[in-house]
Amino acid sequence: MSNPQEAIKEKSMIIQKEMLGNLFTELSTAKENGKKVVYTFVPGNLTELILALDMLPVYPEINALQSGMRKKSGSYIKDAEKIGFSEDVCTYVKCDIGMMLNGNIGPTGEKLPDPDMLLLSYTGCFTFLKWFENLERLFPGVEIAMLHTPYQEDGRITDDQVNYMVKQLKEEVIPKMEKVAGKKMDYNRLSKMLANSAKSEDLWVKVLESAKNVPSPIDSYFAGVYYMGPLNTAFRGTDMALQYYQELFNEVDDRLKKGLLPINPEGEMKKERYRLVVEGPPNWTNFREFWKIFYDMGAVIVASTYTKVGGVYDRGFRHEPEKPLESLSKYCMGCYTNLNLEQRVDLIEHYIKEYKADGFLINSIKSCNSFSAGQLLMMREIEQRCGVPVGFIESDLVDPRYFSYANIKNRLESYFQMLEQRKIIMSQEATV
Amino acid sequence: MSKYYLGVDLGSTTSKAVIINEQDEIIGRGITNTRANYAVAADIARDEAIYNARFSVLKKKLEAEMKAKPEYHKYITDLESVFQYEQFKVRLDKLGEELLKTCYTFFKEEKRREEILNHLRNIRKAFKPKIKHEYLFKNLGAKNQFFRDIVSERYNEEVNKLDLSLFEPLMTVWDKSISPAENERVQFDFEELIHKAMDELKDKYKNLPDTAAEDTSVNFDAEINLLKGKFDHVSESLREHIDEIAAIEFNIENMTGTGYGRALLPFPQECIRSEILCHAFGAHAVFPETRTVLDIGGQDTKAIQVDKYGLVTSFQMNDRCAAGCGRYLGYIADEMSISLNELGPMAMQAEKEVTICSTCTVFAGAELRELTNLGEKRADILGGLHKAIIMRAMSLIARSGGVFNEFTFTGGVARNQAVIKYLTQLVKENYGDNIRINIHTDSIFMGALGGAMFARRNILTNLPDEKKSKEITIE
Repeated sequence: MSNPQEAIKEKSMIIQKEMLGNLFTELSTAKENGKKVVYTFVPGNLTELILALDMLPVYPEINALQSGMRKKSGSYIKDAEKIGFSEDVCTYVKCDIGMMLNGNIGPTGEKLPDPDMLLLSYTGCFTFLKWFENLERLFPGVEIAMLHTPYQEDGRITDDQVNYMVKQLKEEVIPKMEKVAGKKMDYNRLSKMLANSAKSEDLWVKVLESAKNVPSPIDSYFAGVYYMGPLNTAFRGTDMALQYYQELFNEVDDRLKKGLLPINPEGEMKKERYRLVVEGPPNWTNFREFWKIFYDMGAVIVASTYTKVGGVYDRGFRHEPEKPLESLSKYCMGCYTNLNLEQRVDLIEHYIKEYKADGFLINSIKSCNSFSAGQLLMMREIEQRCGVPVGFIESDLVDPRYFSYANIKNRLESYFQMLEQRKIIMSQEATV
Repeated sequence: MSKYYLGVDLGSTTSKAVIINEQDEIIGRGITNTRANYAVAADIARDEAIYNARFSVLKKKLEAEMKAKPEYHKYITDLESVFQYEQFKVRLDKLGEELLKTCYTFFKEEKRREEILNHLRNIRKAFKPKIKHEYLFKNLGAKNQFFRDIVSERYNEEVNKLDLSLFEPLMTVWDKSISPAENERVQFDFEELIHKAMDELKDKYKNLPDTAAEDTSVNFDAEINLLKGKFDHVSESLREHIDEIAAIEFNIENMTGTGYGRALLPFPQECIRSEILCHAFGAHAVFPETRTVLDIGGQDTKAIQVDKYGLVTSFQMNDRCAAGCGRYLGYIADEMSISLNELGPMAMQAEKEVTICSTCTVFAGAELRELTNLGEKRADILGGLHKAIIMRAMSLIARSGGVFNEFTFTGGVARNQAVIKYLTQLVKENYGDNIRINIHTDSIFMGALGGAMFARRNILTNLPDEKKSKEITIE
C-alpha cells in the first residue's frame, strides 16, 4: 500500500506544479479580470486557438482525474448517480458533473469559472458529445462549437478530410470563438504559438525515445502522464511549455548520461528487470499504489499508448506554423483514440520492437469505450506478431469501487512471474 | 537418502499440499478447508501430505505382498482410515474443550449454563460414536477430509432434534467455538497415533460378527472375511514395516507456496509463486501436450495458455465477480439442502437444462427457488446451473484466446461429473471434435503439484524481496 511519505519530485515536476497553480489562480479570477473561459477536451484539443484569442481553457477530464488522485471522485460520482446518472456512464463524466454540483471547486481548492463556451473538437469519443450536452443543461445559454473529427476508418488521413475540417474551423468554429472572445484571430500570433508547439513536441519525442535505451532513464507511463501534461493541456504553444520541455529533456539527458534509472515517488529505481509496453489509461484513484506494484518489481514502462491521447508525435506529426489550420486538423484526426484498430496494433508492435519490450500489458478501463473496445483483439494480435507474454488487468479511471488492489496485485504478480520464468527458460534454451 | 519436494496451494476454499519424489511422482497429498488462519491451514495440509506420504511409502514397499495377500491390502487401507479417525478425535476433543469454554464465558447465569452444558454433553455423546463408526466401517476419511464439515453436519443434526428455543444458544456456542478449535495447529505424533490406530483395528476385527448383518453388502463382507481370524498375524507381520515408515525422516529439499493466500504463507519470498504458473506447470507436466488450461477453483476461474515448455503466454481470470466458481456450487448446494458432492450426480440426471442466469450467485439462488416453485425438476435446474458455469468459463477461455489442443481442466470443480459433461459438450461444439480434453483424478492438486515441481527444479522466482525471508523448518 502507498506510503504517506512525500513523493520525490524532479525539478521539471516542480515547474509544472507552478504552471498549474498559476493557471488555476488565473481561472479563479477570470470573471473579475474579464477573461473568457472555454471548456474543451484533451484529445484533439485546439489549445493554441483558445490561447491566441486570450481565452482560458478548462479540461473536464483533467479535473476528473485530479479529483480521482485527490480521493474526491468517489463522492462526486455518487452525487451524479443520485441525480440519475447510471452506474454504467463514464466515470469522468460523473466525477465532473458531481464536482459541478458541489460548487465547481477545482483540484487546487479554488473555484472554477463557469464556461463561456463549450468547444468540442474531438468526436471520436461519443461520450464527449453527451458530456457537453449535459454541461449545456447545467450552464444554459453557453456558446457551443462542435468540430467534427472524422475517424481514421481507412487508416489514413485524406486531403478531403483535412479540407472538411479546415472548412469547419474557418466557417463555424473560429467565428464562434471570435464572437465569445470579442476579438479577431491574430494568425501571426497563432503561427508563433504553433512554432513553439512544434519545438516542444521535438523535445517531448526525444524524452519519449530516451526509453529506447536499456536501461531506460524514464518511465513512459506513470511518469509519462506527468511529462505529457503541459503539451496536452493549457500550455501547448506557450513559452512556459517550451521551457518545461527543455528542462525535462535536460534532466532526462542528464540521467541517461549518468546511467540513472527512472525516478518514482520513493526515489530512484535500482534495477530494471522488465520492460513493458502498456495500453490503456492508468487508474487514478489508486495511482501511487498501482505504480508501486510496478516499480517494486523492477518493471519499467518503456512506451505507452495513453501518453499519445494528446498526439502521436513520435510517429512524426508536428504542428506547422505555415499551415496552422491544416495542421490543427491533422492533429485532431491523429490522436491515438482516433486511430483504427490496425493502426493501434501497428503502433504497439512498433513500440515493442523499437523499445525492446519484454511484454505487453493492457489496463482495461471499465469506463472508457474509446480505449477498451478491441483490446482483446489487440492483445491476441500482439501475442502473435511479437511473441511476447501479454497481460490483462481491469480497473477504472476515477471510480474507486472498481479498483481491487488484491485482484490487480495478484494478476500482476502472476504476470511478472511469467516474464521471469520465460527469461530463465529461454536463456536455458539458448545455451543448449 | 531420498529427497522430497513440497508444494502448498493455499486456495480461497481449500488448502492443498503435495509431496513429490525425485521422479516427479506424487507420493503424498493433503487437503483441508482454508480457514481464517492461513498458516494453520497450510500446516495441516502439509502434515496430511506427509502422513499420506508415509502410507504411500509403506504401500510401495509392500506392493508385491499386498498383491499376493489381499488381507494386507485391506489391513493397510483400514489402518489409514482409522489413523485419520485418530487425528480427527484429537481435534474433536479440542472442540469439546472450546465448547465448554465458550459456554462458561457466554452464559453467566448458572442454571442456564448448566442446561446448555447438559445439551452439549448429550450432543457429543450422540455423535461421537456415530462418527467413529463411519470412519471405521464406512471409510468416512476418504469421503470427506474437512473437520468442520464432518462435525457441523452431525452437530446440526443433533441440534435440530432439540426444542427450537435451543437452536440459537447452541448455534452461538458452536459459532464461537469452531474457529478456535479449527485454527489451532495440533501436533500429532505419527508413531503414537498409528499404534493407537492398530489397537483400534484389533478391537474392530475382534468384534467382527460371525454372521453378516443384514445391512452390510456382500462386497464388504468378503473384504472383512479376509481378516477374520488372521488379523493378529497380519498385524504382527506388518508392525515392523509400519514402525519403519513411522521413523522415516521426510527430508523436504525445497518447497513452493502458491494460491490466493500465498503471500501469507510463512515461506521465504523466493519460494512463493503465482498459482497461474503452478496450475499451468502442473497440468503441462502431467499432460505434456497441454496448450490451454482451464482451472475452476473456489473463487477464481482461470483460462491459461501455455507453450510447449509449459510457460504461460497469457491468462484471463474472472474479475469483480466469482459467480460460476466452486463457491457458487457450494451456495447452490446449501440452497437445495444437499451436500456439494451430491450436486454433480443429481445434475447428471437432468433431462433438459433450465436456463439460469450465471452472473450472480445470490440471484441464481433466488432464481432456483422461483423455478422450483414453477415446478421445474431439481435435476433439470441443476443441469442448467452446471451448464451456466461452463458458459461463463467458455467466455473467459475465448477472452484468453480460445482452446488449443490439448485442453486440460484442473481445480476442485473438475471433480464434478456434470461440469465435465457440459465442458466437454461446449468445447467440442465450439472448438471441434479433435480437441483432446484431459482431466486428472488429482485435478484439485494440480496447483500444489506444479508448485512442488517448481521446487524440485529449483527455478527460483528471483523477484525482489518484499518481506524478509524467514527460516522455516519442516518436521
